[in-house]
Amino acid sequence: MGTAIQVENLAYKYPGSDDSPEVPVFEDLSLSIEEGSFVAILGGNGCGKSTLAKHFNAILLPCGGKAYVCGMDTADEEKLISIRRNVGMVFQNPDNQIVANVVEEDVAFGPENLGVAAPMIRQRVDKALKQVGMYEYREHAPHLLSGGQKQRVAIAGVIVMEPRCIVLDEPTAMLDPKGRKEVMQTILKLNKEKNITVVLITHHMDEAAMAQRVIVLDQGKVAADGTPREVFSQVELLHSIRLGAPETVELCHALNQEGFALPLDTLTVEECAQTLYNQFGE
Amino acid sequence: MLKDITLGQFFPGKSFIHRLDPRTKLLFLVVYIVVLFTADNWISYGVVFAFLLLSIAISRIPLKAIVRGMKPLLFILIFTGILNLFFTDGEHVLVKWWIITITQEGVVRAIFMVSRILMLITGTFLLTYTTSPIALTDGLESLLGPLKKIKLPVHELSMMMCIALRFIPTLIEETDKIMSAQKARGADFESGNLFQRVKALIPILVPLFISAFRRADELATAMECRCYHGDDGRTKMKLLRYKLGDFKAFGAAIVLLAAVITLSVYGL
Repeated sequence: MGTAIQVENLAYKYPGSDDSPEVPVFEDLSLSIEEGSFVAILGGNGCGKSTLAKHFNAILLPCGGKAYVCGMDTADEEKLISIRRNVGMVFQNPDNQIVANVVEEDVAFGPENLGVAAPMIRQRVDKALKQVGMYEYREHAPHLLSGGQKQRVAIAGVIVMEPRCIVLDEPTAMLDPKGRKEVMQTILKLNKEKNITVVLITHHMDEAAMAQRVIVLDQGKVAADGTPREVFSQVELLHSIRLGAPETVELCHALNQEGFALPLDTLTVEECAQTLYNQFGE
Repeated sequence: MLKDITLGQFFPGKSFIHRLDPRTKLLFLVVYIVVLFTADNWISYGVVFAFLLLSIAISRIPLKAIVRGMKPLLFILIFTGILNLFFTDGEHVLVKWWIITITQEGVVRAIFMVSRILMLITGTFLLTYTTSPIALTDGLESLLGPLKKIKLPVHELSMMMCIALRFIPTLIEETDKIMSAQKARGADFESGNLFQRVKALIPILVPLFISAFRRADELATAMECRCYHGDDGRTKMKLLRYKLGDFKAFGAAIVLLAAVITLSVYGL
């Protein structure tokens, strides 16, 4: 399998102004994301999660080092459109990324920009709306939809460009539990069925646990990288950078501190229950 | 209270007028305005009025909605009426008292002008009530398309209008939220004189503006992410196409214009 996204020795700092000094975010960050994988990026506030995401589709350009997307250098201005259609991006607030006042018109925005012919756009819009389960709402006004539905429309607006990779920057942060579930299911489905690479930036541990790989960022550096089981079992490390593990892991960890020796890879409630049963059942 | 703002209010429907191309309706409105200002006698006014009633009937827009839309314009109507009533010179004086003179010509003229404005507004309402804002901006962009040659940013203007329309409900919702938040902390918007009330609006406007700018920034990034790069090589999902109905409407416009011109030339 190829590499979807690769950053090499990335350095970035936000430019300062007269009264504020420049803010360095990354000094030397390298990581690569495989095509077709589902990667979650975790980190506390201000660790550079969103800044990193913006490097994945050339919204921000590295101050030092390189960022490659599907083999293209993001600093290459001629490939800008091609990069952005290959790496779709979904942001936190669904209201601020919906352009048109009819759902289907909004989904059509991307392909219209790419200059796709009218009948083709129609087909792709219908397909994308069906994939996120919003086809019945195609003629609705976006402001009448629920948060989860709006976010799914935003996802449709991205997949309609047939990208190879989607980067989601805390897509569920403003949603209620029901909306979060809808969005997570949609993301998982796209990853499994369409083989789209998914990069999910989040601070919900249970969402990160659904990924194949979890990367934890702290102060512009990779603090942990591995499968959810590997990463979340390092509870002490997570606590040291003000993050938590999923509640089930936290429970086992708390018990261990009281003198038990439970495994810390219990990501689901069932697993946790089984572990506890094995330990205390008799 | 903010819920009943009628701004470019659109009544979805499937009538003949709803299904017309937005460009047809815009052009028709232009012809209609010309007709209104050409009509200068009662018979031609009657013709235009009958035509307007017929259009309303075809569009199935409830009369109540049109009347409700008139309310904010009541002042202009009364003002025009009074101005024409008092300041028209004529031979047949009906009332003369102090500096006020009302002539028969004045009465006729006042009725004329008020009904002209009424018909003008109703015609415009018919356009905005039967055309979705998006279709309207599309139509305008297409009609003004030739002006791109003289470097008029037609696409940018229509994009701005589209986004503005999209964000009206979002910003109204936000205003409601900010007002509730301020009220919860004891702000008072309903009492006091006009000056005090305007002053009470400042704590609403400041956060509203800040949030609007933040939204604009995020929206711009999101649009860039979706490959927006201006008008260059952009296509449209819904292409505007004139259909049979549009030609019928153009026919009707020509007949109406011809009728009114004939009536005014022959002075019937």
